[in-house]
Amino acid sequence: MSFLTLAWEILPKLLQGTIVTIELTLIAILIGFFIGIPVAMGRVYGNKFIYVLCTFFVEIIRGTPLLTQLFILYFGLPSVGIMLSPFTAAYIGIGINSGAYQAEYFRGAIQSVKREQLIAAYSIGMNQMQAIRHIILPQMLRLVIPSWSNELIYLVKYSSMAYMIQAPEIMSQGRAIASRTYRTFEVFIVIALIYLVLVSILSKFLDRIERKVRIPGL
Amino acid sequence: MDQLNLVWQGLPSLLSGTLVTIILTIYFLALGFLLGLLLALGRVYGSRFLQLLVIRPFERFFRAVPALVLLFLFYFGSSFFRVDISAFMAAVLAMGLRSAAYQSEIFRGAIQSIGEGQMRAARSIGMNMLQSIRYVILPQALRLSIPPWTNEYAVVLKDSSLAYAVGVTELLRQGRYIVARTFGNALLIYTVCALIYFMLVFVGNQFLRILEEKYKIPGYEIKTRKDQTVLERI
Amino acid sequence: MPNVILQVEDIHKNYGKLSVLKGISFQVNQGETTVIIGPSGTGKSTLLTCINQLTPPDQGRIWLEKKEITHPDTDINIIRSSIGMVFQHFNLFTHLSVLDNVRLGLLVVKKIPRNEATEMSMEKLNQVGLGDKINAYPAELSGGQQQRVSIARALAMNPKLILFDEPTSALDPELIGEVLNVMTKLAENGMTMLVVSHEMGFARAVANDIIFMEKGVIVEEGKPDVMFQHSENPRTQEFLHKITELYGGKA
Repeated sequence: MSFLTLAWEILPKLLQGTIVTIELTLIAILIGFFIGIPVAMGRVYGNKFIYVLCTFFVEIIRGTPLLTQLFILYFGLPSVGIMLSPFTAAYIGIGINSGAYQAEYFRGAIQSVKREQLIAAYSIGMNQMQAIRHIILPQMLRLVIPSWSNELIYLVKYSSMAYMIQAPEIMSQGRAIASRTYRTFEVFIVIALIYLVLVSILSKFLDRIERKVRIPGL
Repeated sequence: MDQLNLVWQGLPSLLSGTLVTIILTIYFLALGFLLGLLLALGRVYGSRFLQLLVIRPFERFFRAVPALVLLFLFYFGSSFFRVDISAFMAAVLAMGLRSAAYQSEIFRGAIQSIGEGQMRAARSIGMNMLQSIRYVILPQALRLSIPPWTNEYAVVLKDSSLAYAVGVTELLRQGRYIVARTFGNALLIYTVCALIYFMLVFVGNQFLRILEEKYKIPGYEIKTRKDQTVLERI
Repeated sequence: MPNVILQVEDIHKNYGKLSVLKGISFQVNQGETTVIIGPSGTGKSTLLTCINQLTPPDQGRIWLEKKEITHPDTDINIIRSSIGMVFQHFNLFTHLSVLDNVRLGLLVVKKIPRNEATEMSMEKLNQVGLGDKINAYPAELSGGQQQRVSIARALAMNPKLILFDEPTSALDPELIGEVLNVMTKLAENGMTMLVVSHEMGFARAVANDIIFMEKGVIVEEGKPDVMFQHSENPRTQEFLHKITELYGGKA
């Protein structure tokens, strides 16, 4: 059968896998968010000990391949008795990885909020906690959106690595279909096109949000 | 400890895997560099036609599709098109072209931040396009590119681990073999692999930093670009 | 009969719907300095870049001595190596030392051997008073010094004509003098120069011919005494009066 017919037939199965991909991405980015903010705070406001700890975390995670981290979680942890399902290992691994990168984006955004803002906050009597919460954080969240959009798209792409630890996302579906039909190349062309469409739509969407939320003049 | 002994015995394999990883990275970056430079020059100086029909679709495709998918496309595509290439070659093509798509952005940014006055001055003394690019634009653009290129180096080195998926015997795959052969402590062995990657990234970064210092243009700074759309940034 | 170095005939240039040059014609004789004055945005810079084809004109013809620059068969790079250009923002090659900046054209375009090229460059650098800065980099120099290097770079190619595009407009006031001095000496030594500038003092003292441009056309043209003292066009008088107040020199 022709390529188009093949593509049409396998689309439903692939879309199932795509949903898993999207789930994976969303869970991972949320995990990354809740790791990233504290770590960024630790690097900007923490004492010596916390700073070193957070920096250590960021440097190691960013300095080693995601695939290795996934292997450690999925193949490595059983050695000490912890067995994770592929999906779990995937979102934990990708989530922690994203956390390290997000920490750096947040740190950059925090540091680009001008010092004078903090000083003004203190001068009207706020303590550090309040200043961070009401002045720094809101600005930081808006400044970080461009980097954060990048991160989301990177995650969509890197979620494909979950295939390597047997998570049932789109790549696994693809492989299964391929082993049935022996038309591996064409199946992956369809997968590539799905990613293309996914990433393009996501980018346009994020672009629009970015433009709406931009702080005027900054 | 028994386990550490295992690692010690596995070291030769790991080192040969490391060597393959390094070679892969060099090939990826080299292909990415040469093609990326051409693409960047095409984006800045080329005709509209070339840009819209060739360069932009290329960049779009190789940046939106995940590296793993690209690897499979080239690996299985070679048999589909009845071209006989090794897994290694397929990996080099896939990851090299992908790196080209990212490096072209780096170089394009650098060239555009140089400012058109430089090109005008070069042309005004009678240099043709090729000479202007070679003697005036590129020397400056390459220097300005070093900081973002350092990031690309790290990404490519880490992503080389994906070559595992098409059977290339790089560092991670060697690690897998050791675990499979010896029923050894997977956690330990993969952690060792991770540390080796870390050292490779670290050493490379240091080297690039030294390069940056050595070729610094006295008194010059790169301007930042704020108005990119998301798709242009990834 | 004086030798005509530059002949400009009916030049038109449009940017989309905006008509910037609407039929400019004039000529510059050998050894003479022509200064173009006029309000900003009237196409003076565009005119200069039309001459060396950095922005090709839409209509009209230009000759450098006997060669037609605008002819499609002309090799523009050869023409450009005979016309020097000095930019408002200097445009020195930032990655090269002062000496390399001046020498590059000789090595790459004229393919002159290194020793000879170095000698020629040194001579020009001494001429502009920067012989002691040959190993400095542009970012380490003041604006006035950079502009003088830029002039040396143009001189090194032994041009028949040098175009100056507001050479002092980007300089701190105290640095303007050193550049104007170099330009004055060049004029005295017989260089053919076409200068766009607001420096009225320089125009009065050095120019053989002054062209007043506004809104893409030449409003009036004449010798400095005539233009400054007995100009016929009320617009010319108005402009000169205002500009001289602003930039010094006597009205």
